[in-house]
Amino acid sequence: MSAAGPGRPSAHWRHRLAERGIDRQLILLVPALVFVIALFLYPFFYGLSLSFQPTDGGPFSDYARFFSDAYERGTIWITLRIALPAALLNVLAAVPIAYRMRGRFRGKRLVTTLLVVPITLGTVLTAQGLLNFLGPTGWFNRILLATHLVDEPVRLTHNYWGVFFSLVITGFPFAFLLVLSYLSGIDPTLERAAATLGADWRRRFTRITLPLLMPGLATTFCLTFVLAFSVFPSAVLVGNPAGETRVISLAAYQAAYEQYDYPYASAIAMIMGFVELVVIAVVLAARSRFYTGATGGKG
Amino acid sequence: MSAFSQLRLDGVSRRFGGQDALTDLDLTIETGEFIALLGPSGCGKSTALNCLAGLLPLTRGSIWQDERRIDTLPPERRGFGMVFQSYALFPHLTVRANIAFGLRMRRLPKEETRRRTAEAVRLVRLEDHVDKLPGQLSGGQQQRVAIARAVVFEPSLVLMDEPLSNLDAKLRLEMRTEIRRLHQSLGLTTVYVTHDQEEALSLADRLVVLREGRVQQIGSPRELHTRPANWHVADFMGYRNLWRGRVARRDGSRATVESSGQRLLGEAVGDFADHADVVVAVRPEDIRVDGAGETSNALSATIEVVEYQGRELAAEARTDTGQSLHLRTEQRIAPGDQVKLAIDPQRLLVYPAGATAETDRLADTPAATR
Repeated sequence: MSAAGPGRPSAHWRHRLAERGIDRQLILLVPALVFVIALFLYPFFYGLSLSFQPTDGGPFSDYARFFSDAYERGTIWITLRIALPAALLNVLAAVPIAYRMRGRFRGKRLVTTLLVVPITLGTVLTAQGLLNFLGPTGWFNRILLATHLVDEPVRLTHNYWGVFFSLVITGFPFAFLLVLSYLSGIDPTLERAAATLGADWRRRFTRITLPLLMPGLATTFCLTFVLAFSVFPSAVLVGNPAGETRVISLAAYQAAYEQYDYPYASAIAMIMGFVELVVIAVVLAARSRFYTGATGGKG
Repeated sequence: MSAFSQLRLDGVSRRFGGQDALTDLDLTIETGEFIALLGPSGCGKSTALNCLAGLLPLTRGSIWQDERRIDTLPPERRGFGMVFQSYALFPHLTVRANIAFGLRMRRLPKEETRRRTAEAVRLVRLEDHVDKLPGQLSGGQQQRVAIARAVVFEPSLVLMDEPLSNLDAKLRLEMRTEIRRLHQSLGLTTVYVTHDQEEALSLADRLVVLREGRVQQIGSPRELHTRPANWHVADFMGYRNLWRGRVARRDGSRATVESSGQRLLGEAVGDFADHADVVVAVRPEDIRVDGAGETSNALSATIEVVEYQGRELAAEARTDTGQSLHLRTEQRIAPGDQVKLAIDPQRLLVYPAGATAETDRLADTPAATR
């Protein structure tokens, strides 16, 4: 290979660029780039700058307003109180089921389909079902009353529990699919090796599988947490939007579309994003303490 | 967990969805023995090993450790060490923690765990790597960790599932010596699964050859090397020259086989009578090219292909009757040479042919091709 011949002077620098990963295939990234800029970066920075331009007061006055009002400030806690346990339960419930479901067995596809179906339902349908099933005159309460386990209906809708159940129903399939793929990525021979070395199933799980699965569980937790933290429709439909399930996204909605105070709504949205980031940062910091390399499986 | 004087497999069988993977394996393992389970892939050798380890339940049969039945015990209560083909090292634990794992599971005192782990590390010469994770080691080093981990708690039996198959040729030879050395110095009873006959011959005290889930032969390396029980075992043990023939006359342990209108005298192995269909088996190194002057068991042939293999040459020759033969020789030969081949009657083994479908892939008698 001599240097570029007289007819094709461009060959030389093209090679050098290609070695640095710059070639024509970069064009394939353009749609993603456009998408991120138009639908995420632009709205984000627009909202961010809007949040510093309140209708009256200095640039930080809307933030100050949020934190000085206990009713507003409380929405952070209300949302965390729903989203953290729901995400945790989703992840914890997914582990044993996914553990049993890895590997091949008859009917696996059917069971997986049944577990994943709630994804396709959508929040409104789930809320409708919850109201019918768990409401004061729903089947669940009717059975409890008929069997005299309770004297009056148990309130499970239009309060904290309604939203919690809704988040579990819609969040579990995500958690399950993610945990299943992380578990499939762990070589089953490792557990067999631990068994021949004298570990019973409990120690095989706690010493081998769980440590290797932890990074995956942390990631799964973050994703289901984010989904749960932005809960909005179910907080209105099966919750108590004026009281115990007045979540932060609801506060932002009311600022924007009931008070038409866009800068204040933007400030709330920024606070919401910040809280999410803090939780994710904490979880990922904990995640980095675990082994995150190859685990020898097929995943 | 304690040492045993005898481990007995009694009719051990395993089926997978209606397919027999292993049928009626009877084997008695004496303490200190090195046993190789040998066979082509799918012969049931790994199945047998997993049944021994307790990783696969038996479909039929039983396993006895002296007078104690152990096939109903889960793997963690058998106390056998196992080396896996993929090593199966715990990726999140250091070399030291990997090796100490079995001792930790036995809840030994800390001091003893530390001492025995260090001993095992020294045994496999990994002192400089104890704090590394398995992912930072080479294949050979990982292999040594796997072996140390399996022997550190002094198991009554060590099981090895093709432990060398993922290594390159040079390392494989080194590790083979290493395994033999460990076995000699620790006196560990070992069951070793391999498809490599050379590996099995060089390592084991006793070989078990399996084919389609059934035991074909159990014997010492020498027995298997010089006198395979049937032509399938011969095929597997390096008898590359196999061809069909018909018995002209059987006389005790001697049989005269007719092939290509030529009569060859050989050693009869197994039951067959005059005029029976047989299979003839000869190792390449048992064919001599200096057969000029010999009157019996000699064949005229032309050398066709020669491969240089260091001290020896491997060659393919075609006899005047059209049959191709593999041979090895130290003599200098070249393609096109006319030679007289000779085979010692004791090294020409004659087996009953068995089912015709199985012999179909073998060369016909040269007489038939003419």
